[in-house]
Amino acid sequence: MMTHPFVRALIYLIGLMAFAGLNAAYLVWCERKGAARIQRRIGPCEVGWAGLLQPLADGLKLMTKQLLVPDGVDAALFRLAPVLAMLPGMVSLAVIPFSDTLQAREMELSALLIFAFASVGMLCVLLGGWASGNKFAIISSTRAVSQNLAYEIPMLLTVITIALIVGSLNLRDIAMEQQGNLFHWNLFRLEGWHILTMWISFIIFFICSIAETNRAPFDLAEAESELVAGYMTEYSSMGYGLFMMAEYINIVVGACLTATLFLGGWACPFGLAPGWWWFVLKIYVLIFTIIWVRWTYPRTQIYRLLNLSWKVMIPFSLVNLLITAGLVKFL
Amino acid sequence: MSGYWRDIFVGAKSLLTGLCITGREFFRPVVTEQYPYEAPTLPAHFRGHIELIGNEETGEPNCVVCNMCQMACPSGCIALTGERAPSGKGRVLTSYMLDFTTCSLCGLCVESCKFNALHFSREYNRVAFDKNVFQMDLMARLKEQNQCKP
Repeated sequence: MMTHPFVRALIYLIGLMAFAGLNAAYLVWCERKGAARIQRRIGPCEVGWAGLLQPLADGLKLMTKQLLVPDGVDAALFRLAPVLAMLPGMVSLAVIPFSDTLQAREMELSALLIFAFASVGMLCVLLGGWASGNKFAIISSTRAVSQNLAYEIPMLLTVITIALIVGSLNLRDIAMEQQGNLFHWNLFRLEGWHILTMWISFIIFFICSIAETNRAPFDLAEAESELVAGYMTEYSSMGYGLFMMAEYINIVVGACLTATLFLGGWACPFGLAPGWWWFVLKIYVLIFTIIWVRWTYPRTQIYRLLNLSWKVMIPFSLVNLLITAGLVKFL
Repeated sequence: MSGYWRDIFVGAKSLLTGLCITGREFFRPVVTEQYPYEAPTLPAHFRGHIELIGNEETGEPNCVVCNMCQMACPSGCIALTGERAPSGKGRVLTSYMLDFTTCSLCGLCVESCKFNALHFSREYNRVAFDKNVFQMDLMARLKEQNQCKP
């Protein structure tokens, strides 16, 4: 059935916004429940059955609060930053292939587009921190920038290994290339002996995606114990809410990207009934792992974070890239 | 250089150990007590404020007004009076006032009692806005408890 491109765009826009909104709301619930279970507590349980209406209550609370713009802030940038922060995640979702047929916009270089917009996300953190004119916010945003710069390099180097194997930066092509059972996925790829090095790529990519989304143990940008709430210190009401939503949407995008690049996209591990359900299962397993990691490790320090990137991840990803290039060339 | 590789391997191992621990805790039962809905189980040696023990048959206090508890109390929060028993032998308690605001629950009164007349109550949630509530008449309390007996 052919639908008008405009109608199709509208349907996808509404669908993706609903997906992003629901995820942003209910990942907070999942996060709180997960944290509670790991610490052997119950977690939210008062609002609705098992606390399922908690995100709604939190949203209402945030919306009814006053959006305070303190004296001495750059008013325009201060208001702009949270709105812009939502943008990269939403745009990135448009090029994610959820299944063979379910993708809002197929384009060449879609992987590159996601990384470009991830940098815009970093810019929003910088903007919010700078506009706040608050020392905590500024320290936080400079930390965020140095962290994102440091982790983008190994992340992109590992993406180059994928690009070398698949020969494309189109996420749909990358996913199509991995169709079939477990051993066709990039992570466990038997063909060309890539299974030998891809797990290194995967670990580096996963760590970088946690760092890129400013999640614990790399949440130096909003280190509560040192910087109040970092770049979000001066924000109240939905300004704060939008930053929080952006954080969770970025996590979803990171999980989608990891699933597409390494875990075969919508492919089934046993080669049965591939479809969007496998993709969704994979991203939620990844998101659970991200939550699990957050509630396991304490926050690292800024110099350790940078040491990890410059002394470990970048050398490893460079060597990994060389080996992969060799494998692609000679096998 | 050897330190570099050791750091990476030891670090990776400790990170995995951490994940295993939290992963295991995730599936273990919760330990939270939902307090207003669930009453806690008090430990056997829980110390509430002291109260009088009544005779099992008559319900009259076991106390013989020897004043040992009053003397043992370091905070001076016990005040008791007694009178000669109608039978002419021994003394009976007429009032036993506990000032719970200064009691530190040290338990010296319970220890000093040789007549099994004092013990700790199991009351853990006594709160009030008025401190006079804590000037407790233990005789009246014992009478109430006797009424509740079948």
